[in-house]
Amino acid sequence: MTITVPELSLVMLIGVSGSGKSTFARRCFKTTEILSSDFCRGLVADDENDQSASREAFEVLHFILRKRLAAGRLTVVDATNVQAEARKPLIAIAREYHCLPVAIVLDVPEGVALERNRGRPDRDFGPHVVRQQAQQLRRSLRGLEREGFRHRHVLRSPEEIASVAIERQPLWNNRRDDHGPFDLIGDVHGCFDELVSLLRKLGHAVDESSCAVTPSGRRLIFLGDLVDRGPKTPQVLRLVMNAVREGVALCVPGNHDIKLMRALRGREVQVTHGLAESLAQLSAESGEFRGEVATFLDGLVSHYLLDEGRLVVAHAGMKESMQGRGSGAVRDFALYGETTGETDEFGLPVRHPWAAEYRGRAMVVYGHTPVPQPEWLNGTINIDTGCVFGGSLTALRYPEKELVSTPAIRTYATPSRPFLDRPAAESAGTAGVPAQARSAQQAEDDLLDLSDVAGKRLVQTRLQGGVTVREENASAALEVMSRFAVDPRWLIYLPPTMAPCGTSRVEGLLEHPAEAFGYFRQEGVPSVICEEKHMGSRTVVLVCRDDAAAARRFGVLEGGGICITRTGRRFFDDPTLEMSVLERVREAMSRSGLWEELATDWVCLDCELMPWSAKAQALVREQYAPVAVAATMALSEASRILAQARDRGVAVEELAATTADRLDLASRYSQAYRRYCWPVRSVEDLRLAPFHLLASEGAVHIQRDHAWHLSMLSRLAGDLIIATPSLTVDLTDPRSEAAAVNWWEQLTARGGEGMVVKPQSFVARGRKGLVQPAVKCRGREYLRIIYGPEYTLPEHLERLRSRGLQRKRSLALREFALGIEGLERFVRREPLRRVHECVFAVLALESEPVDPRL
Amino acid sequence: MLLTLTTTHRPATDLGHLLRKHPERVQSFTLNFGRARVFYPEAGESRCTAALLVEVDPVGLVRDRRGPSGEGGALDQYVNDRPYAASSFLSVAIAEVFGTALSGVSRERPELVDRPLPLAVTLAAVPCRGGEGVLRRLFEPLGYRVEASRGPLDPSFPEWGDSPYFRVSLEAEVPLRRLLAHLYVLIPVLDDDKHYWVGDDEVVKLLRHGEGWLPAHPERDLIARRYLKHRRALVADALDQLKDEGDGSPAETETAADAAEALLESPASPGRELPIGVPDPQSDPDAREPSLNEQRLGTVLAVLKGSGAESVADLGCGEGRLLQLLIRERQFGRIAGMDVSHRTLETAAERMHRDRWSEAQRARVLLLHGSLLYRDDRLRGFDAAAVVEVIEHLDAPRLAAFERVVFGHARPATVVITTPNREYNVTWPTLPAGRFRHRDHRFEWTRAEFRSWGAAVAERHGYEVRYLPVGPVDPSLGSPTQMAVFERRTPS
Repeated sequence: MTITVPELSLVMLIGVSGSGKSTFARRCFKTTEILSSDFCRGLVADDENDQSASREAFEVLHFILRKRLAAGRLTVVDATNVQAEARKPLIAIAREYHCLPVAIVLDVPEGVALERNRGRPDRDFGPHVVRQQAQQLRRSLRGLEREGFRHRHVLRSPEEIASVAIERQPLWNNRRDDHGPFDLIGDVHGCFDELVSLLRKLGHAVDESSCAVTPSGRRLIFLGDLVDRGPKTPQVLRLVMNAVREGVALCVPGNHDIKLMRALRGREVQVTHGLAESLAQLSAESGEFRGEVATFLDGLVSHYLLDEGRLVVAHAGMKESMQGRGSGAVRDFALYGETTGETDEFGLPVRHPWAAEYRGRAMVVYGHTPVPQPEWLNGTINIDTGCVFGGSLTALRYPEKELVSTPAIRTYATPSRPFLDRPAAESAGTAGVPAQARSAQQAEDDLLDLSDVAGKRLVQTRLQGGVTVREENASAALEVMSRFAVDPRWLIYLPPTMAPCGTSRVEGLLEHPAEAFGYFRQEGVPSVICEEKHMGSRTVVLVCRDDAAAARRFGVLEGGGICITRTGRRFFDDPTLEMSVLERVREAMSRSGLWEELATDWVCLDCELMPWSAKAQALVREQYAPVAVAATMALSEASRILAQARDRGVAVEELAATTADRLDLASRYSQAYRRYCWPVRSVEDLRLAPFHLLASEGAVHIQRDHAWHLSMLSRLAGDLIIATPSLTVDLTDPRSEAAAVNWWEQLTARGGEGMVVKPQSFVARGRKGLVQPAVKCRGREYLRIIYGPEYTLPEHLERLRSRGLQRKRSLALREFALGIEGLERFVRREPLRRVHECVFAVLALESEPVDPRL
Repeated sequence: MLLTLTTTHRPATDLGHLLRKHPERVQSFTLNFGRARVFYPEAGESRCTAALLVEVDPVGLVRDRRGPSGEGGALDQYVNDRPYAASSFLSVAIAEVFGTALSGVSRERPELVDRPLPLAVTLAAVPCRGGEGVLRRLFEPLGYRVEASRGPLDPSFPEWGDSPYFRVSLEAEVPLRRLLAHLYVLIPVLDDDKHYWVGDDEVVKLLRHGEGWLPAHPERDLIARRYLKHRRALVADALDQLKDEGDGSPAETETAADAAEALLESPASPGRELPIGVPDPQSDPDAREPSLNEQRLGTVLAVLKGSGAESVADLGCGEGRLLQLLIRERQFGRIAGMDVSHRTLETAAERMHRDRWSEAQRARVLLLHGSLLYRDDRLRGFDAAAVVEVIEHLDAPRLAAFERVVFGHARPATVVITTPNREYNVTWPTLPAGRFRHRDHRFEWTRAEFRSWGAAVAERHGYEVRYLPVGPVDPSLGSPTQMAVFERRTPS
C-alpha cells in the first residue's frame, strides 16, 4: 500500500506507546526529517522517558519544527499525538508556515502495544497508560478532518504498517522544471479583442473564431481576472481554456474568476463589480460550456513557482514566505493580496505594500490592481495596466523582462479609484525630486534598511561566489558609510584594493616587473598589459549627460555626476571645482561621440586624479614633508658636528659616512614626494587619467579587454583628461618581457610611480580560479614614500623583503568580485539595497587588517 | 635625533667625568629601539661639547610594534619622524646613556654634581606642539635663555608654511643632573606623545624627575597632562601629589578643563591640548555657571520629562552623558542609546559601568549600534527621541534620509533636536570667522535656517514644532544652541 503525502507537509504520527511509530518513521523517512518527542525529552532532561520534562521537550520540538518548516522541509513529528490538545499546536504551526498537515494513524491492537512495551525496560508504566491512550486515539479518529487534516491515513495492523510505502507528491504550484520562455499577460477582464491583438503583437498565431492559439516556442501565462466588466468574457475564457488544455498556456485564478465560478456553481454571491456582465454574456452560451468554465476555474492553482524558483506568478502577488506553499492563506494572498483592514477614501481596502518589503530572490509577476505603468519594485512587477478601464493590456516577456502592451480600444468600465492620473510613485517626492521623475523603485530606495547591511553577511557574486562580510567589519563600515560616504544612490562602485607583485630579490629593489610577469605566467595567463601607474588619488567618476539623466537613472537631482574617493567620500570639498571637472568629462564624452557609441547617458569611470597633493594635502603636510624636514635638520647638523669631531682626530669616519648617506636618502625622499605635488588653483591644474570604462547604460564592460578600455578612454584625452601609456607583453617571449622591464626602468627613472600589470582580458581565470585583476609594480624611489627614506639600506631592505601577500591578494579578489557585482546589479536595475550591499561589503572588507604598505 | 651638551666651566673637560663618557672616543650603546652614540666634537679646556646621536630603527618600530600602536598611529608608519625628531626616544636614551649623571652620581667629580654650571644644549629638531610659546613657557621659568629657529616645511612649497620642528638652543647656569631631568621630562611634553604605554609607573617617573622644580613650575598642569598622555586618572593622581608638595596654588582640575572645552563646543582635535592660558573658571562646581553642554542636556531632559514620554531613545548618544541623566528618571521605563560608532558605545558602556548592571537595568537600558541614515525597526515604539548635537555631523544632502528614518519610520510622539546656532559664533573671539565649532561639523545653521528646515519636516510628517533657546540669549544673535521640539499631531 502506498501513502501519498505532499512534498512539503507536517506528517503527524498518531499512535499509542508501543504502536511502532519510531520504527515506521525510520523506515519511511530520512532520520533528519523525524522529530521525536522522546529525543527532545532526552535533550532537555537526559532521559527520554522523563514525563516531567514534556513541556520543555515540546518547546524544543516546536522550535525545531518551525525552523524546518520555514526552510520548506517536510517534517515528521513522532509523538503519541493521541489527544486533540497535543495536535492543535502542531496544526497551528503547520498553518503558520502554510504547510499541509498529514495524519498517519497507527492503530494497532492494544495487546501488541502492551507486548512491545513489556520488552522495553524503560517503559515500565502500567498497562492503564496504553489503554487510556488507545481510548483517546479512538475518540480522535472522527474529529481529525475537522481539526484540519485533509490528508488522513489509518493503518490498522502491524502488517499493514510494515507494508506501507510513502510517496511524495510535488505541490500543484511547483513547476520548477518548467523553464519557459513565457509571455505573461495581465488582467484581461473580458477584453477579447485587445487580447487577440496583444497575442499577435507578441508573435502568436490566433484563430479568433475558434479561440485557438497555435502552439509555439513561447507559452502564455494568464495572471487571472479573465472575466467581468469587459465585453467578451466567454471568448476570453474559451481561448484561455483551449490554450491551457493544449499546453500552450498556464493560468492562475483571480478574485473575479473565483467569484464567477461560485456564481456558476449556484452559491450566493454579490453580483457586483462586473459580474453581472459576465453572467449575462455566459447565459447566451450552452449549459455545458458554463459547466466547463466552472470546472476549469475551480481547478486553477493559486500560484506557480517556475524556472527553478526564479519566477513566481500569482494574481495579486506572493510574498516570499508563502511562495511554493499551499494553504488557505496562501490562496487568499494570491487572490486578494494583503490588506491592512483599513479602507481608503474610495472605500476600497488599503493594501499592505508587500512588494516594498519584498526581499525574495524570485521575480514575482502579478496584476490585480491597475497601475498606469508597470514598474519594477524589489524584483516584483504588477502588469495590470487596466485595459478594461481604458488603459492597456500588458504582457511581460520572460526571461527577457520586456514589456509589450496594446491600448484599450475603449473604456469599458470606470474604476472606483481613478488610476490613470495618479502619480507614478505615491511615496516619492520627499528627497527633493519631483515624484513623476522617479520610479517606484527609486522612491522606495530613498531609504535603505539597516537589516540589509548590518551583521555578518554572505554576498553572492557572479565572479567569486559568496563573499563573507564579518560582523565587526560591517559595523566599522556602517560608521564610515553613515558619517562620510556620499548619497548611496551615487555610490554604485568602490574600487578594489590592488596587491603588489611578489617581492624581488634583485639587489636594492623590493619590487621588479619580473615578479609580476612570473605570477601571471604561473597562473596560465599568456599575455598581459602594462599600464603606467599614475601617482595621484583614486577616484570613481560618475557623469551623466545632463541633470535630467541623473535624476532618471540615479534618482538624484543635485548635480549631473560625482567624483568619489576609494572609500566612498566625495572627492572634492569644493563643489565648483567638482562641477568643472565633471563638465570637462561630459564635454569630452560629447566631443568623442562616446555617448552615442555606447548608447548611454551616463558613464562610470575608474580614474586616477593628479596631483596627489590635491587630495592628500593633509597627509603630505602632516606626515610626508615633516619627515623630510626633520631628517634634514637632524642629519645635516649631525654631519656638521661629526666633521668637527673628525677634524680634531676622533675616529668618527664610519659614522660620518653613514650619516652622509642617510642625509642623501632623506633628500631623495623629498624629491620622491615633491614630484607628486603641485598647487591646484583651478581645474586647469588637475589631471585625470581614466583607465577603466567600467559601465554605461546596459553594460558593465568587463567582457572588453584592457586595450579596448584604454583606446576608448584615450579618445577623451584633452585639457583635463590624459591617456594612460601602456605596453602589451607576451609572457612566453623573453624579449617582449625584457622590453617591458626596460620600459618600467625608464618610467621609474623619470620619477614615475611604476606600473600596473593586468591580464589582457578584464576578468581572467587561471589554475586556481580568478587571477588577480591587476598587480602593481612600484619603482625604487617611489617606495621611499611607502617604506621610509632609508628603506634601501641593506639592513632595512632585507627585513622588509619578508612581507606576506596572501591576505592582500585574497582581499583584492574579493573586492574586485564585489565591485563588479555591484555594477552588474546596478546595470540590471536591481533595487538600490542590492547594489549598496556590494559597495558596503567592499568598504567593510577594507577594514580587515592588512599591511597598508602593500 | 641629535642632542649636544656644551659647558664653558673650567676645565670644560670635566663634562666627560660628569657624563662618564671619554671625550676622545666614540662610544656606542645598544638600545631596545636602536643605537646611541656619544662623541665630542670639541673637548678643550675652556669649552667642551658632548653629542648624543640616537638612531631609531624605523623597520623595527613597525615590525616589532612594542609601543601603543593605535590605528593609523605614527608608530605604524615607516614614513615616520621618530628617527629624526626629539621625542620620548631621546628621553629614554638620556636615561640609558647618561643614567649616572641624571641620578646625580659622579665618582670623579662629586663636588660638581649639585653645582650650577654654565651649560648649553642644542636639539637639532624639536617638535613643539603649541609652537614656540610653549617652548618658552616650559623652559624660561626654569632659568633658561631660549633660542628657537625654524625654516619652511618644504622650501619647494613656501605656501605650505613653516616647519613644525625647531632647532632649539638652551643656556643656563644649572647643575647637569637638573638639566638632564628637565630635558628628560620636557622633551616628550613638547612632542606631546610617547612611544610606549603610559601606566602608573609613569607618574612615579614624573614625580622623581620633577623633584625640586616641577611642583613650582607655572605650567605644571600642562606638563603633567602631556607627560601622562592625557590619561585623566593618571593626571589627577599626579596633580594631587604635586599639589601636596607644591606651593598650594590651585591646580587646574579636569572639571575646569572640561569647562574650558565647553567654551568652544569641542576641541579642534580631540585628546589634544587646549589653548594654554585658558582662564581657570571658578573651581567650586556649585558656584560656577553650568557649562553649555550641561545646560543643553538639562533642557533636553526637561522637555523629555514634560512630554510625558515613558520610553525614550537618545539617537547619537555618544559616550552617554544624556543617557546617564535619563537613567536616573523613574519616568522612563525603557531607554535606548544609539550611536554609529561601536567604539564610542563601548566607552559609554564603560562610563556607565554597564558590566555591573542588574538584569532589570540591562532590560531597561539598551545600547544600540546603528545609523540614523538607515531605516531601523528597533527605533520604533519609543515615545520620545532626543537627537542632541548630531544633525550638524551629517552631510546636508543626507538629512533627507535622516528625516525619513526618524520622522517617517521611527515616528516617536516627541522628537527633540539640538544644533549650534551659527549666528552666535561671532561672540567667541577664539573662533575665526566662518569656521565651524568642530571640524567634523558639515554645517552650522542660523536660526532661520533651522526653523525653515524644522517647519518643512514637521509639515511633511505631521508634527507640530516649537523652538527653545539653550544657553545665554543674546538679543540679536540668539542662544549658542538652538533646540526644536517636534510633537506628533496624530497617533501613528
